[in-house]
Amino acid sequence: MIGAWLAEMDGPRLSGPPSRLRGTETDREMNQHVTAERADPVRIQPTGREVVRLVGLKRRFGATAALDGVSLTVRRGEILGIIGRSGAGKSTLIRCLNGLERPDSGAVFIEDREIGRLSERELQPLRRRIGMVFQHFNLLSAKTVEENVALPLKIEGRPRAERLARAAELLQLVGLSEKANAYPASLSGGQKQRVGIARALAARPALLLSDEATSALDPETTRSILALLKDINSRLGLTILLITHEMEVIRSIADRVAVIDAGRIVEEGAVWQVFANPKSEITRSLLGGIRPQLPPEIASQLIAGEGAETILRIDVAGEAARGALLSDLAVAAPGRFRLVHGGVDHVQGQPVGTLFLAVAGAEAAHLARVTTFLKDRGARVEVLGHVAGPV
Amino acid sequence: MSPVLFELLLRSIWETVLMTGASGLISLVFGLPLGLALVATDRGGIAESLWVNRSLGAVINGFRSVPFIILLVALIPVTRLIVGTSIGTWAAIVPLSIAATPYYARIAEVSLREVDHGLIEAARAMGGNRWTIIREVLVPEALPGIVAGFTVTLVTLVGASAMAGAIGAGGLGDLAIRYGYQRFETSVMVAVVVVLIVLVCGIQWIGDRLVARLDHRG
Repeated sequence: MIGAWLAEMDGPRLSGPPSRLRGTETDREMNQHVTAERADPVRIQPTGREVVRLVGLKRRFGATAALDGVSLTVRRGEILGIIGRSGAGKSTLIRCLNGLERPDSGAVFIEDREIGRLSERELQPLRRRIGMVFQHFNLLSAKTVEENVALPLKIEGRPRAERLARAAELLQLVGLSEKANAYPASLSGGQKQRVGIARALAARPALLLSDEATSALDPETTRSILALLKDINSRLGLTILLITHEMEVIRSIADRVAVIDAGRIVEEGAVWQVFANPKSEITRSLLGGIRPQLPPEIASQLIAGEGAETILRIDVAGEAARGALLSDLAVAAPGRFRLVHGGVDHVQGQPVGTLFLAVAGAEAAHLARVTTFLKDRGARVEVLGHVAGPV
Repeated sequence: MSPVLFELLLRSIWETVLMTGASGLISLVFGLPLGLALVATDRGGIAESLWVNRSLGAVINGFRSVPFIILLVALIPVTRLIVGTSIGTWAAIVPLSIAATPYYARIAEVSLREVDHGLIEAARAMGGNRWTIIREVLVPEALPGIVAGFTVTLVTLVGASAMAGAIGAGGLGDLAIRYGYQRFETSVMVAVVVVLIVLVCGIQWIGDRLVARLDHRG
């Protein structure tokens, strides 16, 4: 044991093999943006477009399965959001990606390299290529902001001058240059997370893991941190995998979303598509807070039988939502209808609408004309019930 | 106070300072790594080894449970082996160090254990090895507690060194017992008590100042 310990002590100086974990898109992007990123001495073209591939990942803690067969890929340059309730297995999943957690079975490929069989020591150079941002920032209180940001480079064994130059560059990127010599205790939560992000970027990672990075922040700070992550993603082409329990985070910055529940991925897809057409109950429930729902005072008046008005729920997204849907409806199926709730939201630049219409009259033929027209226009229509009078 | 007694007082102060300082330094050099070993080998530690942890803990508890005056006598063969004699100030430094090391190890352990586990995880996520975690995270983050604990240990050593008179080590405690108490020299007793108060306050003041300077936890 002592021998292994001593051998490890020399770790930082035995710099690992030059990692292949550097982004092609990063390179291309960075040639356009004149930043000091160009100074990177080693440029190795990575293979494939997948940064991470998980195959049948399983991990149990006692009787509960934290991960129950998770298969997932993270594409180069994308922001993949993983959302789930507390205890769904999100944290275990993200920790498997840099080997902080070992799966019981299944495989984790980081840029086509299986990391499951690697020893702790073999994992260390790999981890230097994966940045991680934490919910509680995890900044070292005894080090200044600058020293915190430079720490990954110190671990890598880079010379002091290079470390400080890189730290200054990153602090400028996150807008905290003037705080370089401050201690983390004097910073606000948002500033601490900016330092956390700068630190995660120090070793020029190919992948950034964000473990509930905004969960401890107020809404305004959350927005600024998310904007920073998005900016880093587009400017540096950095692949980001984030876990969260807030749909708002997914909506703001993710390209794709995977919904995890009880250790399984229950739904996966482009964010706007999942928002427009959630397949699983858990996704609908997580979306509940930010998508329009029939107001409870109307829902409570719904009756199954005949009524003065019929309440319809119309979900429409993408191309279908761009047309003059309502005015066309009025022409195609003349009659009174009114919008009682809902609206059109834009997710990833795509319109995603949910409208609750009250259609006057209980005539079945009229209602059929309305629904047929809407369905022909690519909308999903659901008859929720009837109301006796105006609501 | 006669010039002779005054000279004795000066010599005693030096002996106490020497015993406290030397054994304090030795307990720091050996106690801190022991404290680190206790934290690292514990469940969930960076070098988990419960067998090592339990054995180390038992040895430390063993030494800590023996009254110092007994240790002083029991360690005479060890002292003779190391110093060459079992009498005098230098001879007292051996049992003082051996008593203070496990004491300080436990105090350092408490400070090291309080370091947020998230910080250790962050260092691991950055690709740091155990040595990095010790050097960059555990020790710097626990440093205010490590220094405060060392202050406590030094003050305890000032008290413990009074017993070292039993093996002819001299020191302020010895002076107070032999002259102040047994020979009814009240002036000596008062002088010793005043010097001890000043000494302890001085150590505590320096320790507190140092901690205040090192602590950036806000």
